[in-house]
Amino acid sequence: MIISGAEAVIHCLLAEGVDLLYGYPGGAIMPVYDELYKFQDKLTHILTRHEQGATHAAQGYARVTGKVGVAMATSGPGATNLVTGLADAQIDSTPIVCITGQVPRHLLGSDAFQETDIIGISTPVTKWNFQITKASEIPTIMAKAFYIARSGRPGPVLIDITKNAQFDTLEFAYESCNGVRSYIPYPKPNRKAIEDAAAMINNAKRPYIVYGQGVILGQAENELKALVEKAGIPAAWTILGLSAMDTDHPLNVGMVGMHGNYGPNVLTNECDLLIAIGMRFDDRVTGSLDTYAKQAKVIHFEIDPAEINKNVKADIAVLGDSKETLGMLLPLIKKNKHEDWHNNFKEKYQIEFDAVIKNDIHPTKKGLTMGEVIEEINLASKNKAIIVSDVGQHQMIACRYAKFNQSKSNVTSGGLGTMGFALPAAIGAKMGAMDREVVAIIGDGGYQMTIQELGVIFQHSVPVKIVVLNNDHLGMVRQWQELFFEGRYASTVMVNPDFVKIAEGYHIQAKRVTERKDLKATVQEMMASKKPYFLEVKVEKEDNVFPMIPSGASVSDIRLK
Amino acid sequence: MEKQWFTISVYSENNVGLLNRISGIFLKRHINIESLNVSKSEIDEVSKFTIVVYTTVTWVHNIVGQIEKQIEVIKAFYHTDEETIYQESALFKIASGLLFDERKIQNIIKENNSQIVTVSREFFVLAKSGRRHEIDEMHEQLKPFGIMQFVRSGRISVSKEEMQISALLKEFKE
Repeated sequence: MIISGAEAVIHCLLAEGVDLLYGYPGGAIMPVYDELYKFQDKLTHILTRHEQGATHAAQGYARVTGKVGVAMATSGPGATNLVTGLADAQIDSTPIVCITGQVPRHLLGSDAFQETDIIGISTPVTKWNFQITKASEIPTIMAKAFYIARSGRPGPVLIDITKNAQFDTLEFAYESCNGVRSYIPYPKPNRKAIEDAAAMINNAKRPYIVYGQGVILGQAENELKALVEKAGIPAAWTILGLSAMDTDHPLNVGMVGMHGNYGPNVLTNECDLLIAIGMRFDDRVTGSLDTYAKQAKVIHFEIDPAEINKNVKADIAVLGDSKETLGMLLPLIKKNKHEDWHNNFKEKYQIEFDAVIKNDIHPTKKGLTMGEVIEEINLASKNKAIIVSDVGQHQMIACRYAKFNQSKSNVTSGGLGTMGFALPAAIGAKMGAMDREVVAIIGDGGYQMTIQELGVIFQHSVPVKIVVLNNDHLGMVRQWQELFFEGRYASTVMVNPDFVKIAEGYHIQAKRVTERKDLKATVQEMMASKKPYFLEVKVEKEDNVFPMIPSGASVSDIRLK
Repeated sequence: MEKQWFTISVYSENNVGLLNRISGIFLKRHINIESLNVSKSEIDEVSKFTIVVYTTVTWVHNIVGQIEKQIEVIKAFYHTDEETIYQESALFKIASGLLFDERKIQNIIKENNSQIVTVSREFFVLAKSGRRHEIDEMHEQLKPFGIMQFVRSGRISVSKEEMQISALLKEFKE
C-alpha cells in the first residue's frame, strides 16, 4: 500500500499496539496530526497544555502499564520542551517514544523557522535517537524505536521526522523489530555466578536485600518475594523499587537512602552480605561511598553491565534480566531464617517510630502533618491506590508512609527529581489504569510548575485525585536552609494563590482542609468520588523530614532529628 | 588513584550522530579527549574509533561501559600503552628553498626516517610517522628553519592481545 509518511507513522503506532498518546501540534508535525484526525477512532490523542506535560503523562502511563508511552511535539520549542521528560525517563529507565516534527530536509541547517537540532540536544538524555529524512525510513526506524525503548534496561527514544518525509509517500510494510546486532538488551546469565551467589547467600549470617526498579521492570516481583521468604532475608526498597513487594510484608523492612528508614540505612553497615537487585547505588541511596557497606560482601543482580562496579564494587555480579536470574537462583537457595538479624530491624524501627514516625502520622501538635494525610489515604484506599508523587518533602513522606499491595503503584521522579512531574504523570497513570484509584501527592511548589495540565483533567474528565500538601514553602530546600545554611530562607517562601478557586476554574470539585477534624472525612469523600477531585491540605509550614543522611555523610550517620 | 594514558578502541556501526553520542560521554564526566581517530576497521561496514585519554582506571572502566551501552556500539575496549602498538602521523610544510640551501634539513629528514611527500616551486612536505615524542623531536629540529604548516593526526593503535570482536559479530549473524 502506498501511503504518506505521516499516515505511515500512524500505522506504525497502531502496529505497536499504541492506542493513546500525548502531544501538542505545530507547523512541522501538522501532516501527522492531520492523520491523527482521520484515525481518531483507533488512536486517542490527548492535548496536554505543555509538551513537558506530554512526556510526563507518557511516563506515568508507561510506569503503571509496563508498556511504551508515546509523546509527540512539533519542531523547535515543541521539541526542546520535551527535554526534561526525556532526561527524567532516561535516568529512571522509563520506556517512552517521543516523535518530533522537523523542518523539511532542504531547510536543515539553514536556521529555518522553528528549526532546532533536537538530535544534538537530546543525545545525552536518550537511549537512542534518530532523524528520519525520507518517508521510506519510517517503518524500520519506528519499529526499532519501540524495540529499543522497551527492551533490556528501558529508556526514552526520540524520533525526529522532517516535514518532507511526512508528506512524501512510501510503499508501506511493517515488520516489528526483534534485534539490533550491536545491542545486547538481555545479557546471558552466567550459571557459575548464580551458583556462587547462592552459596554466598546460603552461608551468610546477616544477609540483606536492597531492591530497585529492576524488579518491577523485569516483572520479578514473585521471584523476589520467594527469595525473601525462602531465605528469610530482610529486604528494603529504593524509591523506585517501592511497591515491588507488599509494604506490609513482615520481611519488607523499609526504604534506604537519604530520607529512608533508620534500620535499613544503619544496618547496611552491619550486614555481612548485601544483595542488590535491580538497583544502581545512587548517591542518595549510598551516602558516602567510602563508608558504605565496607564490611559486607556484595552481590549485584543487574541487567546493565555499565552499572557493575560503577559505584559499589561487587564481589559477585549476576548479569541478566531479574526474573530470569532470580528464577535460576531460587532452586539453589536453602530454606533459612535469620530471626536475630531480622530483630535488629524491628528494634531500629521502634527507635525510629518513637523518634519520628509516631509524630509524623499520629501527631499531637496542632498543625497538620504530611504524614497523617498519607496515612488517611492509605486507610481510605486500603493500600490499593496508585500514588504519584512530585519532588520534595511530600515525596519523601509519601514514599516513607504510603502503603502498597500491588506492583507498579508508586510513580515518582526519582533520579532526576523533576518538580512538576506528578500532575501530568498522574494523568498518564490514570489513563493507563482506569480501574484503579490514582492519587497525586504534590507540593505547592511543584504543583505550580505544571498546573496548566488541570486543563487536560477537565477536558477529558480524567478522574485523578490531586492532593496538594501546602506549606507555603519550597519545603525541602527550606529544610536544607534551616539545617545547613543557618536559616537563611533564600527564595523559598511562596505566596500562593487560592488553589481551590483555580481548580474550580477548571470545573474540578475542590476542597481545602486546614484542621485535623476535617481531614478524615474529606479524604474519604475524595476517594469515594468517581470524578476528578482536588484537595488542598494546609500543613505545618516548617516541618522537616527525618530521618536524614546529610549530603556526603555515611548511612551510619543518619539523623533522627 | 593514579592517572595514566589509555587507548580506547570502539567498534561501531557507521551512523550519523554516533560521534556526538560518544563524545558526550566524556563531556558529561569532564574528561578531555587527548586524541581521536575514526576510520574503517578490519571488519566490513564496521567503524573504529581510537580515543586517547589521560585518566584513572576507574574512570576509563566507567567510560568504556557507558560507550559500550550505546545502541550502535558493537564493542569497546581499553588498553594501557604497554598493551598496544601505537603511533601518530604528522605533516610538515616547509619553504622549498630550504631543502636545497640548508644541508641540516636534509640530515633531519634522514635521521628521522621521514619521507618527502611532495616538492613544488614554493614548498615541500615531509611526512613522519611514529610515537608522539619522535614527532615532537622532529618538530623541534625543524622549528628554527621556519615551518609554514604543521599537523599531527590522532593516535592509531592495535592491541597486542586479540580483541574479541569478529567472533562476536559472527555470533550476531547466527
